[in-house]
Amino acid sequence: MEKRVTFKGWLLPLCLIAPQVFISAVFFFYPAGQAVWQSLFIPDPFGLSSQFVGLENFEYLLGDPYYRASFVTTAIFSTLVTLAAMIPALFLAVMADRLVKSAGVYRTLLIWPYAVAPAVAGVLWLFMFNTRVGVIAWYLGQLGYDWNHVLNEGEAMGLVVVASAWGRISYNFLFFFAALQAVPRSIIEAAAIDGARFWRRFFTIVLPLLSPTTFFLLVVNIVYAFFETFGVIHTITSGGPQQATTILVYKVFSDGFVGQDLGSSAAQSVILLIVVGLLTVLQFKYIEKRVHY
Amino acid sequence: MQKTAFGALLAATTALSPLAATAQTEIQFWHAFTGRLGELVAEQVVTFNESQSEYSVNATHKGNYSETLNAGIAAFRAGEQPHILMVFEVGTATMMGAEGAIKPVYEVMAGAEFDPDAYIGSVKGYYTTTDGQMLSLPFNSSTPVLWVNRDALEGAGIDPDTDLSTWQNVDAVLDQLAEAGHSCPLTTAWQSWIHLENLSAYHDVPFATQDNGFAGLDTELAFNGPVQVQHIAQMGEWADEGKFIYAGRRNEGGANFRAGECALFTESSAGYAGIKSEAQFEFDVRPLPYWEGVEGAPQNTIIGGASLWVMEGHEPAEYEAAAAFLNFLSSPEIQAKWHQDTGYLPITSAAGELTREQGFYQENPGTDVAVKQMTTNAPTANSKGLRLGSFDQIRGIIDEELEAVWSGDKDAQAALDSAVERGNQLLRRFERASN
Repeated sequence: MEKRVTFKGWLLPLCLIAPQVFISAVFFFYPAGQAVWQSLFIPDPFGLSSQFVGLENFEYLLGDPYYRASFVTTAIFSTLVTLAAMIPALFLAVMADRLVKSAGVYRTLLIWPYAVAPAVAGVLWLFMFNTRVGVIAWYLGQLGYDWNHVLNEGEAMGLVVVASAWGRISYNFLFFFAALQAVPRSIIEAAAIDGARFWRRFFTIVLPLLSPTTFFLLVVNIVYAFFETFGVIHTITSGGPQQATTILVYKVFSDGFVGQDLGSSAAQSVILLIVVGLLTVLQFKYIEKRVHY
Repeated sequence: MQKTAFGALLAATTALSPLAATAQTEIQFWHAFTGRLGELVAEQVVTFNESQSEYSVNATHKGNYSETLNAGIAAFRAGEQPHILMVFEVGTATMMGAEGAIKPVYEVMAGAEFDPDAYIGSVKGYYTTTDGQMLSLPFNSSTPVLWVNRDALEGAGIDPDTDLSTWQNVDAVLDQLAEAGHSCPLTTAWQSWIHLENLSAYHDVPFATQDNGFAGLDTELAFNGPVQVQHIAQMGEWADEGKFIYAGRRNEGGANFRAGECALFTESSAGYAGIKSEAQFEFDVRPLPYWEGVEGAPQNTIIGGASLWVMEGHEPAEYEAAAAFLNFLSSPEIQAKWHQDTGYLPITSAAGELTREQGFYQENPGTDVAVKQMTTNAPTANSKGLRLGSFDQIRGIIDEELEAVWSGDKDAQAALDSAVERGNQLLRRFERASN
């Protein structure tokens, strides 16, 4: 039986949700509405004139093979970022959870990278892999590997994925670590008495119990990979070489703020909004069924 | 206690400042310079403010070229535009299309004693309408040249004074450097600007139809002609053989050259200040090479850099102030100092003369190479400059396609055809937005 606590009357609940509604309206619904409206026009950059073109901006975009290719790039990029941010985080959390002593120190150290802004993280990684002065690029050179993310598409993708996932590992670690602490010791001990070894216990007991956290992090990380990795890409590759790292949100920026083509840029943000919305709905509909709360 | 003191101070300054400022007309100037260039601009502004008491210019740095243009556009939309905005040459078509947002310089200067013909033709032409009206004031202009690391040539057993005026000769030198085991015979900055835009002008072939966009918005890109394809194919071959090292889309190659790693470097003449202060080797400035045998080459190269646009929507007194400031900036003394400090071109003939009289070219040989390269021949329809909408983004497309050539994914013809096709789509959208 579900327990429900309800308010009497409507004034208090309304007051309580009002700030959130206000913030959403000002910072989300209003700009999103503007984007939808703008996507129907081809305006000039200064806003002096604009022509109504209906859905032509969308037609133009979807007919562009480079824009469609950007979907594939985004899919690959966000999958890799999500995996690269979640798997090491889970591993580190499991390890830190096993520590008896000084877990606090490890925890603190592991959280640090989260404080680094994406653009700064991008610059840090770029320094290490700089083809000329980068420390890691130099070591790779010593090993006989010629690192060149300026021209090699795979290496460029690898670099932006690592740089984007790095700070995110900390964030995911925190959640996994907290969730691990909440796993009842008694169940694990019972399994241990039954003779289950560590990894067996991990896969059959701990992982399913972590599923609400994993699901939450999956959604949050995909959204992160879609939207917030802009700074990393801008500082490391600017979408290159060729179009190897031009993800959808980077294209919104370059069409809108480099090309001053606000109509196309607005249409792209509408498409992006729909894609992420659909993705989240799908996740809740299908994956959440496998989540045990 | 401290708080009250601070509050009182604040109140006092706020109360006093309008009194002090009433006599002066203040105008805003947004620019894109940081570092040494930023200091030099600040110095010009201080000199102007101290030279008279009627006007006061307030200069603000707004980020790189693209960011400054965006800041100006956003400010205009919000009704907060500055009086003077620095816009890079690539944004020229965007600004020209913005009737109602800009006040052409010839109008601003109508009352002032100002001679647009003082500016050298190839610079002025870039910012002037086809019927000769100056729309924005040329500010910093440079042109690409060939930088040579003399020590590297000597190290490979090559005479450092060898003739590098043609790409044929450069090819032979690159061979020798590669044979001697040199790891970076040639690198470049700004590949589209130097190896397509300037290449086209220098060989008197069109980069785009309609006089490179000067004659109309219905222009189409045309840089997939035989001269450009042959040049890019040759560079692709050099890249494949390790003779041309690609460092990045902007001026990343500069670090390699200044550190002495690269023997030859195609870069803006404005690279002078940086190379002079950092290079631990003997270097030379040479004219940009051309392909011998192409009819009309070498024509003249075109400029890169920025100009100053006056924005619409201010008081007449403020336009007077803007005119005074622009007039001050174009005076020979200011221009000559700017040219000598930065390596940017002396954009008025008088500034060039003054620099010569001061003996600067004798003390710093090679600093006049860029000037000669720009001014020896009268510009043709193909070498006057470029006026293309969405050009910043078209350059991005060109960068992508050239990267495909350097990595061996595409041949030169296919890459340039594709760049032309993709760029034309943007030009069509720009044409529609401007109508």
